[in-house]
Amino acid sequence: MNDRTTFEAPGSTWHMLFYKEVLRFWRVSFQTVAAPVIMALLYLLIFSHVLESRVSVFGGSVSYTAFLVPGLVMMTVLQNAFANTSSSLIQSKITGNMIFFLLAPITPWGFFLAYVLAAVLRGTVVGIGVWLVAALFFAPELWRPAAPLWAIAFGFLGGAILAMLGMIAGLWSEKFDQLATFQNFIILPLTFLSGVFYSVHSLPAFWFGVSHLNPFFYVIDGFRYGFFGVSDVSPWLSLTFVGTVGAVLTWGTWALIARGWKLRI
Amino acid sequence: MTYAVEFQAVSRRFGELQALDDISFTIAPGEFFGLLGPNGAGKTTLISVLGGLVRPDSGRAFVMGHDVATDYLNSRRQLGMVPQELVFDPFFTVRETLRFQAGYFGLHRADDWIDEILHHLGLSDKADKGMRTLSGGMKRRVLVGQALVHKPPVIVLDEPTAGVDVELRHALWAFISRLNKEGHTVLLTTHYLPEAETLCGRIAMLKAGRVVALDHKHRLLSPFEMTMVRLTAARVPDSWQARVRREEGQSFLIELQRLEELETLLAALRADGIAVKDLQVEQTDLEQVFLRLTGSGAKGNERQPAPAGEPS
Repeated sequence: MNDRTTFEAPGSTWHMLFYKEVLRFWRVSFQTVAAPVIMALLYLLIFSHVLESRVSVFGGSVSYTAFLVPGLVMMTVLQNAFANTSSSLIQSKITGNMIFFLLAPITPWGFFLAYVLAAVLRGTVVGIGVWLVAALFFAPELWRPAAPLWAIAFGFLGGAILAMLGMIAGLWSEKFDQLATFQNFIILPLTFLSGVFYSVHSLPAFWFGVSHLNPFFYVIDGFRYGFFGVSDVSPWLSLTFVGTVGAVLTWGTWALIARGWKLRI
Repeated sequence: MTYAVEFQAVSRRFGELQALDDISFTIAPGEFFGLLGPNGAGKTTLISVLGGLVRPDSGRAFVMGHDVATDYLNSRRQLGMVPQELVFDPFFTVRETLRFQAGYFGLHRADDWIDEILHHLGLSDKADKGMRTLSGGMKRRVLVGQALVHKPPVIVLDEPTAGVDVELRHALWAFISRLNKEGHTVLLTTHYLPEAETLCGRIAMLKAGRVVALDHKHRLLSPFEMTMVRLTAARVPDSWQARVRREEGQSFLIELQRLEELETLLAALRADGIAVKDLQVEQTDLEQVFLRLTGSGAKGNERQPAPAGEPS
């Protein structure tokens, strides 16, 4: 063997899987990064134009356009994190190239980390793209988030939760339309009904209550707190709720991988 | 002794199908081992156990002494597997594919070694081509490269020459033989029997999830080994009359115990002044053994030598 080649300790091998996952979406970044940024900005353009003068949020302390931006950023993070893990896994499953890393000495944790972190990274890149353009052209007050650590924490947790849901969906699905079912009937309604476009205080009592069961609501509300220092519920409550969901999903996803669910027969 | 590969009473059932039924055997380091069997015999399932892709219901398997279930990090490092299907990741180039695979095994800065593999597999000029642009044969070569990139002591090839043209088949055989000579243990599944006959030392034959024969190929052949000679001539030397198994006009089917007896037969023909118009040697091959043991097909019966003592 060549002198310069070196074996590293077991466990370090997941870095390459992470790198592969990042390169995979970067190769098609027009579709995976640029397109979602454009889509979010179109939402912003239309909703802010139509609703700016009609909707009042947080007692008028924040303009509707500014209110909308963190919601759209977070929605973009969530959707792209989900799309990354789920589409990568189902593609590998359908083309059969999953065997390449199933035969490798990669632990269930390594597999988990590589996929989740790459998906969070894609969500972050797209989210930052939306934030930069929105702050530049629509809401300059967003250049200086009030509590950036909260925004980072919720951005990461939200991305990780959706990345894990994407992993579960990608592992579960045998074909693309099963994945689409998961996406259209679970992920999309939860994202849209989470207060991206409105403050839940403007909802009727029943839907106000229902929103409080939706973990995506806490992710977006907490993320928004990071920008304005104001939110519908306390960021600590959101963090507790989101953290708990994240912990349960981490355990669940890891357990599925460790069991080789739909991976090893 | 640490075996390169060891199966201990491995069984696996898929619903009604007993895919693997109490399989036990070992492969010593450095062997070139063939796993033969008809489609559905369990060959792919059995080797998938080694890579942890299939988990047995009972029994254990080891690669270089490492249990594939409890010590999988080490067992997988020792194992390179070429899958039967032509799988690839369309997003990447040949070089990236090999780099990733090396990295999955903890092998970094491996570009020199990757260049060497590309060279040996005739892929140097394809290194920076996207996987999806390659022909089937080229994709097969990349799969072989991926299995070798972490220099595993044990290499498993699942039907490596299925759907491969003659040129590539011979190139692959030469390459795999070289790896074996360099000390790699090779486990080859195939239903292309000449391949096993040419390359392998010991051979296991699988049928319906069970090992029906396991021995060195020469010993597998020897119980059936008798050579038939089809002689076209006016007559047969008197001393050889007892060996004639069939007679049709001037065509005689003569049984030899060993191929070396052919010399004696030719000498007798010369001594008796008999002119040989035509002479064909028909030797038992692995295919006949295989068909007898796995009990399939009329094709084998046609090619089997006539039983001794059959009235002519």
